[in-house]
Amino acid sequence: MDMQATKKKLGLKEKYAHMTRGLDWETTYQSMDKVFPQAAFEGIKIHDWDKWEDPFRLTMDAYWKYQAEKERKLYAVLDAFAQNNGHLGVTDARYINALKLFLTGISPLEYVAHRGFAAAGRNFPGVGPRVACLMQSLDEVRHAQTQIHALSNYNKHYNGFHDFKHMIERVWYLSVPKSFFDDAFSAGPFEWMIAIGFSFEYVLTNLLFVPFMSGAAYNGDMGTVTVGFSAQSDEARHMTLGLECIKFMLEQDPDNLPIVQKWIDKWAWRGTRVLTLVGMMMDYMLPKRVMSWKEAWEIYFEQNGGALFNDLARYGIKVPECLSQAAIDKEHISHQAWATFYQYSGAADFHTWMPTDEEMDWLSAKYPNTFDKYYRPRFTHWREEAEKGNRFYNSTLPMLCQVCQIPMLFTEPDDPTQICYRESEYQGEKYHTCSDGCKHIFDNEPDKYIQAWLPVHQIYQGNCFPEGTDPTAEGFNPLAEVLKWYHVEHGRDNLDFEGSEDQKNFAAWRGMATKNV
Amino acid sequence: MAVKALKHYQFPAADTQDKFHGNQLVYVGWDKHLFFCAPFAFCLPPNTRFGDLCDKVLPQAFSAHPEWSQVDLSKAVWKKSGQPWQPDMNKTLAELGIGHKEALRFETPGLNGIQGSCS
Repeated sequence: MDMQATKKKLGLKEKYAHMTRGLDWETTYQSMDKVFPQAAFEGIKIHDWDKWEDPFRLTMDAYWKYQAEKERKLYAVLDAFAQNNGHLGVTDARYINALKLFLTGISPLEYVAHRGFAAAGRNFPGVGPRVACLMQSLDEVRHAQTQIHALSNYNKHYNGFHDFKHMIERVWYLSVPKSFFDDAFSAGPFEWMIAIGFSFEYVLTNLLFVPFMSGAAYNGDMGTVTVGFSAQSDEARHMTLGLECIKFMLEQDPDNLPIVQKWIDKWAWRGTRVLTLVGMMMDYMLPKRVMSWKEAWEIYFEQNGGALFNDLARYGIKVPECLSQAAIDKEHISHQAWATFYQYSGAADFHTWMPTDEEMDWLSAKYPNTFDKYYRPRFTHWREEAEKGNRFYNSTLPMLCQVCQIPMLFTEPDDPTQICYRESEYQGEKYHTCSDGCKHIFDNEPDKYIQAWLPVHQIYQGNCFPEGTDPTAEGFNPLAEVLKWYHVEHGRDNLDFEGSEDQKNFAAWRGMATKNV
Repeated sequence: MAVKALKHYQFPAADTQDKFHGNQLVYVGWDKHLFFCAPFAFCLPPNTRFGDLCDKVLPQAFSAHPEWSQVDLSKAVWKKSGQPWQPDMNKTLAELGIGHKEALRFETPGLNGIQGSCS
């Protein structure tokens, strides 16, 4: 007798429908507005949450399966890397400083992204986006953990990897990425999605991950490359979520357009400013360069981003105005940022150095309009001074931008020899910003930015010394006390690469690995 | 514009003058000298003489520059909040109307930085 076999497995589409729709109910003890208190206050109008479409149609069961497989592969590579002293295979110990910047400046953001997407998932009334946010939240905590695990191998051998968790709350340049995420997390769930889901994960993510992960590959760091590969398929999903979210908002109600446009304008600029640190890393911190910051900006922002904005034009979205300044800045910011870290190297958790002649030639070839004219004379002078034993360390605190919190190092769009000053007044108090973009953001929501925890001002208020320090005591050295409060060990974690413990150890260990000593 | 928020959104400014123990912030930048990556922030008593700022405070910050020895700040061209302004060396910050978080800039005509690169 023929038995009619029941169909055992659901198709992808059916499974997705069952596992992302109809999972919740209309509440009766409390109104839905109270259950989802953050759904409406930003002014975004959603009429039908079921219109949310996840192109990946990923469900939790499949998610666990994929992620577990990736974890197994990743940790096999990380173990092999550790057991074979993989750290000695990198091009040059200067490269390791890029990893310090990554661990202290980027990995903590992955963790905040984890929390932020968990919160967004909680606060969206629709099941589709909630499931997608849940998965992204798990991805982000996984990324934080895998990065920390991968880089902990370096912590065994090199300085500056010892206390990223402590530093992100305190160190002056880490307030730049930290305040970026704090700004997004303290907004509502829809702005969070535009800030992080769209602007950061979609528009700018390639400018963050490609440089660091290709940089790792070019510089022989297999451990970090594998972390990148393990995150890559997640990142593709995050980009899709960011894009889906913006399209969903724009399709749901025409009133959403001006709100979304304002957020895109704000977050594209905020993100561009944060990426200054990446530009500097690409042009100066990788012994073997992948491409210049300018080239990366042209490919990943101007070309790819341009195509994206063309696609969004049918919804009425315009390219953010402030990005015309970014097109000018691409010739300058990496040099300006490296000059800043070079001179404030006394207060940083990584080493800096001046480029060699060969590296300067690479920079002039990549930046024919600007490097020789504006930057080479300065860098050559500093190098000559360092050779004379007079290495330049700036010990006077810089003025910071109230919004991006970067020192006021950026120049006027029409004059690269002039620092760009912008000033606003609010409730009788002066506030300074580094650009029209940051000033515009400040003026839109001054109540938010007047609370900024600006490292320089906090130091002057006396809030950045170890507990029990007496600033009135004789011989009080404020900068030394600030470093202690940062947990940066002077003479070990900071200052020039030349003469550093990292440089000596790497040379000695690599020597043992490659020579008969 | 007001911040869109769930509740009444009002918080104190983080850097009002009362938090600086009797001092105030003053920012000073040397135009066309990007050797110093950004203007400096100083924390000073409001009764600081402008001449003392120029003779005692600024040299510590700027003297690493090879052109500093040629600078005569009494002949520098100053700007306050971006507007042309002439200081009186004998008056204090308060008397000159230099408030908390005032941004001052000076130019030193004839000095154009390392090899004329505005560094």
